[in-house]
Amino acid sequence: MTATQARSAGASRDDALVTVTGLRVDAGPDRLVHPLDLTIRAGERVGLIGESGSGKTLTALSLIGLLPDELRHGGTVALRDSSDDLLNAPERELCGLRGRRISMVFQEPMTALNPLMQVGKQVSEVLTQHRTLPNRREVRERVLGLLESVRLPDPERLLRAYPHQLSGGQRQRIMLAMAFANDPDLLICDEPTTALDVTVQRQVLDLLDEAVRSRGTSLLFVSHDLAVVARTCDRVLVMQHGRVVESGSVTDVLTAPRHDYTKQLLAASRLEPTAGGARRGAGSPPETGSGAGAGAPTGSEGPAGTERPAGAAELSEAAEPLIRVSGLHRTHRSRRRTVHALKNVDLQVRAGDRIGIVGESGSGKTTLLKILAGLDRPTSGSVSVCGVDVARASKRSMRRLREQLQTVFQDPMGSLDPRMTVREIVEEPLIGHSGARSGRERRELTARSLESVGIPASAAERYPHQFSGGQRQRISIARALVTDPDVLVADEPVSALDVSVQAQVLALLNRLVDERGLTLLMVSHDLAVVRHLCDRIVVMRHGEVVEAGPAERVYGAPEDDYTRALLEATPSLDRVLAEKPSRGGTGDRPPQP
Amino acid sequence: MSGTNAAAAGGPAGPDRPPARGVGLLRMLPVTGKIGLVVVAGIVVVALVSLVWTPYDPLQAVPEDRLSGSTLQHPLGTDRYGRDVLSILMAGAQITLLVGCVAVAIAAVVGTPLGILAGMRRGWAEELITRGADMMLAFPALLLAIMAGAVMGASTWSAMIAIGLAAGPGFARVARAGTLRVMSSDFILAARGASQPETRIARRHVLPNIFDLVVIQASVTFALAILAEAALSFLGLGTPPPEPSWGRMLQGGQDYLAVAPHLTVWPGLAIALAVLGFNLLGDGLRDVLDPKTRGRR
Repeated sequence: MTATQARSAGASRDDALVTVTGLRVDAGPDRLVHPLDLTIRAGERVGLIGESGSGKTLTALSLIGLLPDELRHGGTVALRDSSDDLLNAPERELCGLRGRRISMVFQEPMTALNPLMQVGKQVSEVLTQHRTLPNRREVRERVLGLLESVRLPDPERLLRAYPHQLSGGQRQRIMLAMAFANDPDLLICDEPTTALDVTVQRQVLDLLDEAVRSRGTSLLFVSHDLAVVARTCDRVLVMQHGRVVESGSVTDVLTAPRHDYTKQLLAASRLEPTAGGARRGAGSPPETGSGAGAGAPTGSEGPAGTERPAGAAELSEAAEPLIRVSGLHRTHRSRRRTVHALKNVDLQVRAGDRIGIVGESGSGKTTLLKILAGLDRPTSGSVSVCGVDVARASKRSMRRLREQLQTVFQDPMGSLDPRMTVREIVEEPLIGHSGARSGRERRELTARSLESVGIPASAAERYPHQFSGGQRQRISIARALVTDPDVLVADEPVSALDVSVQAQVLALLNRLVDERGLTLLMVSHDLAVVRHLCDRIVVMRHGEVVEAGPAERVYGAPEDDYTRALLEATPSLDRVLAEKPSRGGTGDRPPQP
Repeated sequence: MSGTNAAAAGGPAGPDRPPARGVGLLRMLPVTGKIGLVVVAGIVVVALVSLVWTPYDPLQAVPEDRLSGSTLQHPLGTDRYGRDVLSILMAGAQITLLVGCVAVAIAAVVGTPLGILAGMRRGWAEELITRGADMMLAFPALLLAIMAGAVMGASTWSAMIAIGLAAGPGFARVARAGTLRVMSSDFILAARGASQPETRIARRHVLPNIFDLVVIQASVTFALAILAEAALSFLGLGTPPPEPSWGRMLQGGQDYLAVAPHLTVWPGLAIALAVLGFNLLGDGLRDVLDPKTRGRR
């Protein structure tokens, strides 16, 4: 049966493949999933959207009987022709269904594969487990066919490869091959592309799309990314705090959301370039390399310019870039091989610039930031920040530099010491610096910095674990701003946060950069985030700068092929919705649960 | 896999449980850990009581009562000089705890900083410290203690120092492993980005974050130290007579094994109980504190 046939027949309720009625999950007194009804018809592709803690993963797990034992559950999950109650089915029965009628693809392909087992064996295990094929030769051929169907190059060789020898995208393809090994009726994907780079994400999604459509497999796709869900699914459920707050066809829900939370999510995932970017775009000179003749960029800065500390103003009046990187190389040598983390990087940043550095994992963007912050040393080339030659700086000038250049890190869990109070964390950059400050002075500066990021000073004696992810990132920003720096360096500052929180933190960063007239250097893999905040973009790949220029130019008319590929691969909700035929119409929308 | 997913979905109860300290820690101890705690507390109480009161003077010999079994006057019997076994056992707990405390303190004070140093300063310092620790671990701890006893003369102190030094490498290893983990976190990068001197990073960031590991190691080492002290005293290289000691009680009872087995049974039981208590406590603490097992229950 093809997908279209399945869908046209889908008008009747009888062909429901999976019927979930009143599913609920409790952990002790806390209800993690509130009673939930869900029907997945044959060939239907259903998206489950929600932020971390919304119960979407638990819902998905309950469909395959993988809920953790310590959680209590209620309601029923029925699978057509197999079981009326998957939730309470004996383990033996479930084992017969998993991998045969229902399969699952997890988020992290590295941990979902056994690291000590050749991938060919892992794929064939799924086949032999259910005794679907009689002999070894047929199994081998089937595995080869599967690997080919997920477009893995050289399947013969890959059969004997171990997971660590494959890239993230290849590993996820293997997972897909395993999932499709027995032609399941239902495929559950839990954030299958979140751990992948955008260009790889696109390939994997294309593959998934094709496989699901050609086989008529039903799909439950769990994700926090609206654009990804929109391009993959027909129908979508939005979850918040364990409740389904809205459901309906993708086009309906995402173009005319009814619930506030959906609206909020939509707004958060549609990041527009900020006023700051537009303002700078009007006044600043267009090219980066020819920046020498560009007079005083601070002059066109409006109110923020007047508040700048005297030192920084002098710098820019001398038409001297605040940060000048030329011919920068960074190589890591180990006994076996040499890795070029950075190759011949040139970069000039003037005071007040907002630079976004974009690239996929391994492009060297974080290494570049570390070198600028004096946390890593260049192999060759010159790097000068605020007039300090980072490669040859004395301890003292390095210390002065670090007071002017502060960093915000990616992971708000890892970047705050769990054993320190918030006050101790935020005041740390003030300790042992020039012009030793008294305890009271430090306390005041800390309180002021915390308040500027929206954390009440009364919370200063609490520990990081008592705060949410977004609050923790605010604390991290407060720490960076406590020395009143000129340059703020941010390494993926929002990539570990939920979309709605992302928007808040980005707005905060935008406001602070504006108010304090900071020079911003931000690294991100997310082009929308960078575009939102930055007015100049640097695109990096394999340790090299492939393109640099004003944001509008790079996004509007990219010159480099890689930039183009990156832009194209980035899922955009508007583009997806525009391309989506409005199939089904409004009549398709099932009643709200 | 499903476990971590559920923990992440379960919200704040999962991965970022507050670091346990104080009363909360007590409540989270598994049952076996609580049993261990009770045993350890019992031994401490007995040792404290023996400072002010024992049924009889543990050193007073009463020849006419020698080698008596359990009687109303002497619940655990008397030894070959007619001394009350219960009283010696109670007083012996002092030595046992003293040896444990001092040996663990020596091991922790020597081993932990070296381990932190090795973890923070990669390169030759690390090489030197880890190889040195490996070399010390290659010798049986008891052999080191016997050598120390032979050189410094048999005394409680020489036993404590020898046991402490022999246990040092264990602390160094644990501290180094913990330090390596801590050093890879972003907050260390942030501290270095704030130009914090290495000593301050070690003191303010590394030590508090590996403290749990050190505590676990200490409770396990304590058990080993008790055992080592008993062994040394048994060999005559530990606590010299007439100071009461469990190990020497065993040695003294050996000759009368056939006639008066209670002379070896009671101190043997006491040693076993103490070792078991500290091991159970250590395992319980590990369950609660160790990040690797944390959140798995």
